[in-house]
Amino acid sequence: MVKGKILFTENLRELGLLIFIILLGLLIQLRNPAFLSLSNITSLLTNTSILGILAVGMMLVLITRGIDLSIGAIIAFSGMVSALTVARFPEMPPLLCLAEGMAIGTIIGMLNGILVARFNVLPIIATLGMMNIVRGMTYVVSGGKWVSSYQMSTGFKAIATGKIFGINSLIVTAVFVFVIAGYFVNHTRTGRQIYAVGSNPEAAEVSGLPKRTLVFLAYAIMGGLAGLAGVLWVAKFASAQGDTAAGYELQVIATCILGGVSIAGGVGKLSGLILGTILFGLLNNALPLINVSPFWQMGIQGITIMAAVIANVMVKRNTDRLALRRRLI
Amino acid sequence: MSEIVENRMNTKPNEDLKIRIDRPWSWKRFFFQWEWLLVIVLLLVILINSLLSPYFLSLNTFISTPATFLDKAFIVFPMMFVIMLGRIDISVASTVAVSAVIMAVSYNMGLPMPLAILLCLITGSLGGAINGLLMVKFKELSFVIITLSTMIIYRGIAYILLGDQASGGFPKWFSFLGWGSILGVPFIVICFIITAVIFGLLLHKTSFGRIVSGMGFNKMTCEYSGIKVNRVTMIVFTLAGLMSGVTAVFLTSRMGSTRPNVAMGYELEVIAMVALGGVSTSGGVGRIAGPILAVYIIGYLSYGMGLANLQAPVVLVVIGLLLIFSVLAIRIRFSVSRKNSAV
Amino acid sequence: MAEKILELKHISKSFPGVKALDEVHFDLMPGEIHGLMGENGAGKSTFIKIITGVHSHDTGEMFINGNLVSFANPMEAQEMGLAAIYQHVTCYPDLTVAENIYMGHEKIKRYSKRIDWNKMFSEAQELLDQLGANFDSHERMGNLSVARQQIVEIAKALSTRAKIIIMDEPTAALTQHESSELYRITEGLRDDGVSIIFISHRIEDIFRLADRVTVFRDSRFIGCWPMEEITQDKLIVAMVGREIIQMFPKRKVPIGEKVLSVENLTRIGYFRNVSLDLHKGEILALTGLVGAGRTEVCESIYGINPSDEGIITFDDHEIVIDSPVTALDAGIGFLPEDRQKQGLILDWEIGKNITLPSLSSFSRYNWLDEGGERLASGQLADKLNVKAGNIFTRASTLSGGNQQKVVVAKILTRNLKVIILDEPTKGVDIKAKTAIYEIIGDLVEQGYGIILISSEMPEVMGMSDRIVVMKEGHVTALLDTSKCTQEEILNAAMVVKTPRTDAAVSEAREG
Repeated sequence: MVKGKILFTENLRELGLLIFIILLGLLIQLRNPAFLSLSNITSLLTNTSILGILAVGMMLVLITRGIDLSIGAIIAFSGMVSALTVARFPEMPPLLCLAEGMAIGTIIGMLNGILVARFNVLPIIATLGMMNIVRGMTYVVSGGKWVSSYQMSTGFKAIATGKIFGINSLIVTAVFVFVIAGYFVNHTRTGRQIYAVGSNPEAAEVSGLPKRTLVFLAYAIMGGLAGLAGVLWVAKFASAQGDTAAGYELQVIATCILGGVSIAGGVGKLSGLILGTILFGLLNNALPLINVSPFWQMGIQGITIMAAVIANVMVKRNTDRLALRRRLI
Repeated sequence: MSEIVENRMNTKPNEDLKIRIDRPWSWKRFFFQWEWLLVIVLLLVILINSLLSPYFLSLNTFISTPATFLDKAFIVFPMMFVIMLGRIDISVASTVAVSAVIMAVSYNMGLPMPLAILLCLITGSLGGAINGLLMVKFKELSFVIITLSTMIIYRGIAYILLGDQASGGFPKWFSFLGWGSILGVPFIVICFIITAVIFGLLLHKTSFGRIVSGMGFNKMTCEYSGIKVNRVTMIVFTLAGLMSGVTAVFLTSRMGSTRPNVAMGYELEVIAMVALGGVSTSGGVGRIAGPILAVYIIGYLSYGMGLANLQAPVVLVVIGLLLIFSVLAIRIRFSVSRKNSAV
Repeated sequence: MAEKILELKHISKSFPGVKALDEVHFDLMPGEIHGLMGENGAGKSTFIKIITGVHSHDTGEMFINGNLVSFANPMEAQEMGLAAIYQHVTCYPDLTVAENIYMGHEKIKRYSKRIDWNKMFSEAQELLDQLGANFDSHERMGNLSVARQQIVEIAKALSTRAKIIIMDEPTAALTQHESSELYRITEGLRDDGVSIIFISHRIEDIFRLADRVTVFRDSRFIGCWPMEEITQDKLIVAMVGREIIQMFPKRKVPIGEKVLSVENLTRIGYFRNVSLDLHKGEILALTGLVGAGRTEVCESIYGINPSDEGIITFDDHEIVIDSPVTALDAGIGFLPEDRQKQGLILDWEIGKNITLPSLSSFSRYNWLDEGGERLASGQLADKLNVKAGNIFTRASTLSGGNQQKVVVAKILTRNLKVIILDEPTKGVDIKAKTAIYEIIGDLVEQGYGIILISSEMPEVMGMSDRIVVMKEGHVTALLDTSKCTQEEILNAAMVVKTPRTDAAVSEAREG
């Protein structure tokens, strides 16, 4: 059937990614039989949840042809502020902490959005500047000190260590975010229009889509998710520092790229993103299991991203060439 | 008609032309320049600093103090070229790290120090050349993705080579590069001035500089006009790598040793200096004086905040704000001047 | 007689330096296909943009169903039942066909506000089926051919219940078979009561489809005729004008020896087996419909997009041209079609623009000789009569004609034997046109060989020595200007079968 064939070709990339993940998993399993144990899988997923949450926001930003380099700083700032509040008011309910972090992140994201959507500042410049401002603010509000485990209430730490239906709450949160995001990008008009804006900004303007609002929204959502991730991060590691999550934005962007999100805008699927997150988690968490030095991690990540990007280009060039041959002039 | 070009030496300059070829002087244009604003800001910074500390206003401040902030300033010039091309290279800080690490490791493996320095510069240039090559070979990819990947890879190589250790033990004379002075002027300052002059001449007096600006405004026109656009791109990115190597040498000399996480965040400071210097991020526009002034503004600003016992993080905030405000101001300024010229 | 659904009276529109429309009239009946014709630059595109609310008109009135209207933006026009299908399809290549059709007015479920995918896909499919399209609404837009994308655009217009659909040269990029598909669809729409403004360069389109035809020339309204009252010849005369022939100062120049010859040049997907040759002092016109591959051939000769196969001989030497650098060094220059994007650096002053292609001859070891540069650019600007106060005037402030002169001056800084001019008079006013023709005349007198790409019939007939006609990537005729007629050219450009037509396609598929 035609529809089935289209679905197959449209999901070829994800299929390839899945096969690659399985092969990689098998390889690791052969080298270290402890890999496929329940506890290891759980810890892998727990460690990857925050990355996944952030990747969802980054996907939206990348779809609009933007980029957000400020999220590492937002994580640190929102995490720091909520940790300081908890240290001051130990009785604060955990949900309120989450709300606080998200609110802070959303506000910073909105600032990014205004710079990019309203003032047409290059996304890379706007968010690079914001990264510095927010990172600096983190040090300023904390006076350069850490907030450590003993200053945090058990309730706060349980945000990341507690269990919901017997599953780690981080994983539950990530799944929750993925479900909401799935609904948003696939079933709401606004979600689809974000794709339209990234796919062809001029056409979007001519056909009267609220281009600026949509771009603004993407950065605001990114900020909100980064704020949420900040609280989760601090709760998970039970410490808030000035240099929390420094450079983490690169890992998030890398995850999106591995997941098939195009930096040129308009393209990106949640299914691919989930696979990309898992692959990245695998690279991060399983390499030590097969005795790869942690110092090799960054290099391997970088090479993987570049290989993925270049492979994409090569495939695209090939299909274009075939299409030209078919024109039969 | 190309004999016009060949015989231009024989043509008398007083030949009657209907079109004027001498540049009319305009006071408005002379004073309506971004650089004057920067001069005022620099004077303000110096004024505030001297209010903060009575010892600030001394000859020393203007001769020796720059040595504390000039290490990264070498990258400002090639970054200016990169941004004039309409691109951004965010891998420079990682290039600094990998060059510095390779210099240290090769020295400790027995390479003589001068050769180790040479190797450092070569590594930097190679890093830049790889960026350039990727840009030229994969035109579909944006500069963001390319320099982002190499940023991770270069930093990753530094970690692979050195783990989390520091490496140093350089010969005594090596510290001269960062700390020594000739006739009372710090060596690093002399090098900075020489670099500034070279890049200034390159930008304003050579065909290369002209082409860089042209490609930033409209690359396609340059291509149609028979400009070797790929070669220019390669050269500009290689220069960015080379100057990152130079920064690596001075930084290592000042610190005495190196680690894989050196120069973190330098790319931002450098980009901020270039943007503050009036170089438009949409490409084409840029004059050498602006970024030089910006280097000194940001440098004295951080120095002054040190005097005022403000924490270093405040400097981060200020640099970030400066970056965003200068980009906004330049954007508004150009939209105004474009409107005026369209009438 | 039914009431006019759309009427425009005395519409004028100016852009800086150009009068794009001058007192133009137009009217449209319900259920009518109204052809709109005119040369490039006659003002058709501006006219459409005014109807659809992209531009606003300076003076004049627009009525829909007898009511005076004016649109601030395209959305308002769409609400009034207007839809336009542009020459360059404006689609979202990464989204599905159904989403492209319904973007901005998606089908949503009433209470949950979520997108009703099933309804959207099935209704999109219904629209496509109604148009006789045989592809799926799940298909990604970017994977479709231009013809199919155009059908999607029509479906999109239908989905907004448009009563007036404007088609801007929809057949320009289509094969014959695809065109006849489009005719069928268009007639179907008309029978359903939709009014259509059909813009085309192809006379056959208009005679096949239209009920009436309106002609614009040089931004003015020339006339409006029912099809049964006008012949092909009369229509051509209306489009090109009679007096225009005297405008061409074609000089008698002795034709010299051969400088350039091209044999079996092929670039896969763009053109195939193109052969032509050019002599000193000769103007060779290269004509055909937009999209026939003329520009692509010349861009290959100039090295922008090197050809896949074929031999280029220059001055009796076989040469390989892989970039504009080698072309210019050999002695071939190119004046690109889009002077603002490919010819000039608009933010630069005139002088710097002129010397850009020859910077190496103005510099020693890269060091610029600015005095020499100014003098040379001043002399060239003077010689070509560029209207500007001084050579430091920014190129963006010049009028179209003067900008074009600057681009010509750029080419003249190089030592060349062959110059390719791609639509040199596109979008410039009559006076500047004459000036450019004068310049071309000067050039051939000096012994340059010139290839003139042009879609304007009078320009081709008035300026050239020989004419090469292309259609669908193939050369369909080589004519001697003094012995041929306009009909012969039009016939070769529109009617002659090329291997790209459908019989050959199916043959190629089997073989």
